[in-house]
Amino acid sequence: MSAPAPSLFTPAAKATAEKLGLKMGRANLEEFAATLEELAKANPNIVAVTSDSRGSGKLAPFGKALPGQIVEVGIAEQNLVGITAGLAACGKKSFGVSPSCFLTARSLEQIKNDVCYSDVPAVLVGISSGTSYGALGTTHHSLHDLAVLRAINNLTIIVPADNFESRQAILAAAKATKPVFVRFGKAAMYGLHKPDTKFEAGKAITLREGDDVAFIANGETVIHAVLAAAHLAERGIQARVLSVHTVKPLDTEAVLNAGRECRAVITVEEHMVHGGLGEAVASALLHAGVCKPFRIVGIPDEETVPGAQADIFRHYGITMEGLSDTATKLLNK
Amino acid sequence: MTDHELQLKSFALRRAMLNLIVGAGAGHTGGGLSCMDILNVLYNRILNVSPQTFGDPHRDRYVQSKGHCVEALYAVLADRGFFPASDLATVCHYQSHYVGHPTRHIPGVEMNTGALGHGLPICIGMALAAKMDAASYRVFTLLGDGELAEGSNWEAGLAAAHYRLDNLAAILDHNTLQISGHTRDVMSNEPLDEKWRAFGWEVRSINGHDYAELTEALTAPSESGKPVFIIANTVKGKGVSFMENVAKWHHGVPSDAELKQALAELDASEAALKEAK
Repeated sequence: MSAPAPSLFTPAAKATAEKLGLKMGRANLEEFAATLEELAKANPNIVAVTSDSRGSGKLAPFGKALPGQIVEVGIAEQNLVGITAGLAACGKKSFGVSPSCFLTARSLEQIKNDVCYSDVPAVLVGISSGTSYGALGTTHHSLHDLAVLRAINNLTIIVPADNFESRQAILAAAKATKPVFVRFGKAAMYGLHKPDTKFEAGKAITLREGDDVAFIANGETVIHAVLAAAHLAERGIQARVLSVHTVKPLDTEAVLNAGRECRAVITVEEHMVHGGLGEAVASALLHAGVCKPFRIVGIPDEETVPGAQADIFRHYGITMEGLSDTATKLLNK
Repeated sequence: MTDHELQLKSFALRRAMLNLIVGAGAGHTGGGLSCMDILNVLYNRILNVSPQTFGDPHRDRYVQSKGHCVEALYAVLADRGFFPASDLATVCHYQSHYVGHPTRHIPGVEMNTGALGHGLPICIGMALAAKMDAASYRVFTLLGDGELAEGSNWEAGLAAAHYRLDNLAAILDHNTLQISGHTRDVMSNEPLDEKWRAFGWEVRSINGHDYAELTEALTAPSESGKPVFIIANTVKGKGVSFMENVAKWHHGVPSDAELKQALAELDASEAALKEAK
């Protein structure tokens, strides 16, 4: 039996979310599975490929509804990616779905060569990404995935923040003619966007305007930046919040605007501090000569603290309180 | 083309391959010579592909998993008219897409390969796509002996049998040598026929330089509904006496004198075959 999952949100954070009118949705992973099934029902060319991961990927209903459009490869991630690439090369819109920890490590060479180098329109879906598997330990964390994938040419990398972004990411991936990687976590997420928000891969979404500090975040950390911004506003600090759902290609314009217009920049991600969103943003800022007080908030280069995702987030300051504190200190430096 | 005509063509292909390797200053000479007859039969007798129909979704697919023997593939594709033979002079040159492993930049190449153990999983995806679409095209891959140590081949071995992909054939260029020496010394993999049979494949063991045997093995439908594993027993360096069964020719590049001798041997063998007709 797993220990009961602690909450990602303190009572104060929940109260802030309530004040902002945010509604709790479902896990991004569930939104992904429902969206993919909906698309696949309308398009028989869509195929899901799983590595004994249809349960973890919430694709059991997909498999029941569309048994001819799901390929099970067993626990064999290299084979999963090769098969996904072969299907895509023969005209299928294939989605290879596997835990991000395995998908982006064991089968990295297949991603690099069979998908990206061969340039087939396959979609790779990293499920239970980041620290979603929390207390299962480092074997099951994907805190390296964005770093290794960013170093591979010809791959769009999307890390959705909420159900809206998750759905939009899958709609975009289904239409893409080039390789796409999308990663989804398991925790239920607050909705962050109005339904009429425009989503475009490669374009950041500004969730809040402000010019004291910019939170540049992605994935399941964005909510904490949104709450921190509200918390800081009560203390007279105006924070800008960008959801940079697409890590590559990076929305350099939005990043540079934030860097130029705000007094400090903080990046937030559920990833090792090396090689992810933070370093991508740092690189963009430095290349443009924008040098502001800067922090990368993520998982530091150490053996990750044991615990559930909520424990890990709290330990490393990826919470409303932690991010508010980081911003205050950075601005007061 | 008759067997005799195809055999005669094989000399021209081997000469073209050796010349391009010397021009490139790099290449996989021994393995290229060992798989040349397989490629010759595939492209001139088996695969329903041509430069004109390469975009046809119903074309047969060939993925060269042992991508390092790209020089043999380049020679065959040029001969089939996928690109001008003069392009072969640019292999491995600056800004030439004719790099040392197959890429889709080259007309006729299906997938980018070169890292070993990738072709078979890709072909399973292709064969599954054919089944899903009720399409009749077949899918072929070429594997090397040393390559079989890559675990992904055995993952794929399970999956192809599980899905009863009788539209898939994996051909092993079984020359028994790899870069460091004999495969039995590096990492023994025999008995291959029993292993692949146990994995659920139909195994055909043939002489990989015999045109009739190659044609039969590559043509005959799988009677069992199983994927087909063809053990093509070949000679590394086939056709050039001093290269045959010598591991150092795995990626040896002939000197001018060696090239001259090799071409002369191929000329002589070709003349003898013409005489024999």
